[in-house]
Amino acid sequence: MHRRDFGRLVAGLALSPVLAGQSLAAGWDGLLVQARGQTVYWHAWGGDPKINAFIAWVGEQAQARHGVTLEQVKLAATADAVARVQAEQAAGVATGGAVDLIWINGENFAAMKTAGLLYGPFATALPNWPLVDVTGKPATVTDFTLPTQGFESPWAMAQMVFEYDTEQMKEPPQTLDAIAEWAIANPGRFTYPQPPDYLGVTFLKQVLYATLPDPALLQAPVDDATYAALTVPLWAFLDRLHPALWRGGRAFPASEPALGQLLADGEIVLSFAFNPGRASAEIAAGNLHDTIRTFTLTGGTIGNASFVAIPFNAAHQAGAQVIANLLLDPEVQARAQDPAVLGFQTVLDVAKLPFADKARFDALDLGIATLSPADLGPALLEPHASWATRIAADWTARYGVAK
Amino acid sequence: MIVALLPRLTLCLMAAPVLAGVGGTLFPALAGGGAGFRTLAAWPGLPRAAALSLGTGLASTALALLLCVTILAALHGTPAFDRLRRRLAPLLSVPHAAAALGLAFLIAPSGWIARALSPWATGWTAPPDLLILNDPFGVSLTLGLLAKELPFLLLVALSSINTAQAQRRMTTAATFGYGRVSGFLLTVLPDLYRQLRLPVYAVLAYAMTSVDMAMILGPTLPPTLSQQVVLWRMVPDLTQQTTAAAGAVLQLALVLAALALWRGVERLSRHALRLWATAGHRAAALDAPVRWIANVTASGLALALGLGLGALALWSVAADWRFPALLPATLDLRGWRVALPDVLPATATTLAIALAATLPALGLVLGCLEAETRHGLSATPRAMTLLYLPLLIPQVAFLPGLQTLALAIGAEGTWPAVALVHLTFVLPYVFLSLSQPYRSLDPRLTVTARALGLTENRIFARLRLPLLLAPILTALAIGMAVSIGQYLPTLLIGGGRVTTLTTEAVALSSGGNRRIIGAFALLQTLLPALAFGLALALPRLFWRNRRGVRP
Repeated sequence: MHRRDFGRLVAGLALSPVLAGQSLAAGWDGLLVQARGQTVYWHAWGGDPKINAFIAWVGEQAQARHGVTLEQVKLAATADAVARVQAEQAAGVATGGAVDLIWINGENFAAMKTAGLLYGPFATALPNWPLVDVTGKPATVTDFTLPTQGFESPWAMAQMVFEYDTEQMKEPPQTLDAIAEWAIANPGRFTYPQPPDYLGVTFLKQVLYATLPDPALLQAPVDDATYAALTVPLWAFLDRLHPALWRGGRAFPASEPALGQLLADGEIVLSFAFNPGRASAEIAAGNLHDTIRTFTLTGGTIGNASFVAIPFNAAHQAGAQVIANLLLDPEVQARAQDPAVLGFQTVLDVAKLPFADKARFDALDLGIATLSPADLGPALLEPHASWATRIAADWTARYGVAK
Repeated sequence: MIVALLPRLTLCLMAAPVLAGVGGTLFPALAGGGAGFRTLAAWPGLPRAAALSLGTGLASTALALLLCVTILAALHGTPAFDRLRRRLAPLLSVPHAAAALGLAFLIAPSGWIARALSPWATGWTAPPDLLILNDPFGVSLTLGLLAKELPFLLLVALSSINTAQAQRRMTTAATFGYGRVSGFLLTVLPDLYRQLRLPVYAVLAYAMTSVDMAMILGPTLPPTLSQQVVLWRMVPDLTQQTTAAAGAVLQLALVLAALALWRGVERLSRHALRLWATAGHRAAALDAPVRWIANVTASGLALALGLGLGALALWSVAADWRFPALLPATLDLRGWRVALPDVLPATATTLAIALAATLPALGLVLGCLEAETRHGLSATPRAMTLLYLPLLIPQVAFLPGLQTLALAIGAEGTWPAVALVHLTFVLPYVFLSLSQPYRSLDPRLTVTARALGLTENRIFARLRLPLLLAPILTALAIGMAVSIGQYLPTLLIGGGRVTTLTTEAVALSSGGNRRIIGAFALLQTLLPALAFGLALALPRLFWRNRRGVRP
């Protein structure tokens, strides 16, 4: 490479962000004009009133700032929205689709992206995108090992934390083996949601992290040749644990909220959630006793990001992008992290935010049961989606018919 | 003659979505050379899931029918019966999901019964680790289904039974020395069952395929077949669609097999009843124990459902309610405050859809029945099967085809489209509850009216409609209750954009917050309860000075 060429290249590199920024701004302004007056139908799981209230608040912001109306379509499962877009594609509905925005990640994203059901890439062009902590929180651009490539935009981080009642358990265990020992000594006081529920599968993945000789294997697709041998310790762990579970392992709670309800009812003493702020938020809402505290495991627990994606045939793509960008706004992110509101972890790089925005985060009282970001420990990357599918199927084959 | 064409029109209206549904079921199941059936057969839970569907469906239906007949036999025409009816009728309006959630809270190890006995009698300071809910044999589910089906059968029986004729027959039987129960079984039941048969079939098909109740009360390792079909449909990468379709086909076959089995038992019972009649056993000693069973079980079920709803109501205002406290330590209105902003629009939509589905259904059914009467038509067995097909085909098999249809004509996502699909589910129930009272009208009244020179239209408006006021209002209330309780059709055809109290409540029920579930379940119960209240009260008001036609 000639020196001159190199110089031109450097100049070009230095210049291009400015140019790109300008055209981006112009494009974004056009998008804002287009979005004004649109009604965006955001299909989002509707099982948690706190999340529903937060989405309603985002809707007020969208209306006030951009004249965009936000309607939450409350789903029992995200797959409902995926199936709906799939049905529209099958029926030849290429424009004017019912779904504008989906709260999505993991398998649902992989399924839609592979089937070409998503609009994009759009995320990296959002004005607030540079605020996202893509290096410190790699899960914001890698969704279950699948690169997002701008087809979905992150809006919240989550990490698995264990919740326990300090009245019944003095010293929380620090490893899965210690948890198993405690469960066997205290039968009936621990359980996990029934796979293929995502939180139940997350527990299995956490066990995989502890039992695989090399956890890096989880970042590659399942290898049929070694799978059986690699998972022997996983099933051995479960075989030992199950008789000591709630109901002797003959029934399992259906979902994360059902598991949380068991903790609230005092049926179990040790539980877990995919949201470090859940316990504090539930205590603040009066749903959980104030003796509940949280802990994570030595070596870390699994963490991932929640995203929003736009279907290929969404009727209001401009409005949907405005909402996706609004969700990355520091004020909105700080509100989501407030345990009195949601207690979700932010996707932004707080340290690099302007002072006024950083102050919003510093001012947050994380709540009595929430670990500080330092105490939370490392967030382990989600395994490749094929692991979840495979172990969920095997779990059903092994334990799906009660003895 | 427009009236004469109405039966055909109605059948077309019912047949089109049914055909689309069946097509939508068979096609993916057979695609790929039946690969769906192979993965279905490979599922280790299949034998148990199929057995659960058959077992809980048959057991709950048989028990419900048995109790219904027991109650009628022991108490019909007595003052105790009126009291019992008043206790049971409101339970009919309770949506399945709300009833299941209420029952769950009552019988769960952390529920009200355990709390009432703890710690003084049981020594429990934490909820006991007992598998009561979601028990592997589906006992809780069977009880829940029974508690919902008994009021339905009883109300249909009451609107079909010809009270005066029944009294005459039982008096005659009594003069021959037969007891109440045996007199009822031998002289009233045979006629009554002919009218109850289709409602019983509908109950059986529903009980075998119910998803919402099974989700809350039913086993999970494995779940019932219908529930598993729904779970497969929900698999995000859509790889299980053919398995789901194959499961739906199997579910359909199971329902048909159960119906065939039921018919066989019907024949045996008829034979047994005949043997009994010719043998001439008076069996008067049956009366006391049967009356006792009728009173205890009916009151027990009414009490259980009532307490369950009471518990939900209390949860909706509970702040801190730890085990084993019998009552919440503190109360507040947080649950209601959270629920309220969504309630008003959802209630308006729910009501609009229910009325828009039920009123046309009522009009069509009245038109069909009037056409029968005027033109001497009679519904062929084939026509009846077509009409009831939406109740006999599992919903999981029926709806995808309808959704595709709605998408193709661009009608999905609007509440009128949802109402139209609700109509498919509502109309059979309206027909079910109205046809027998209509056909049982004394034909001599019509002959007399014709002799007095009245036109057919005036006979309809001045004679039949007023005489049928009570059954018509009951049919309306049943139709509205059916519409209000629909979840899957509302979600799919509404594209998630049509929010009713039921879609809202079911979405929330996966969130486990009992305070808000309590608030929504109560509201969801209130609308149909109002309709049933009016159906009971209005005829009494209207006929307060006409004892002969007063219900």
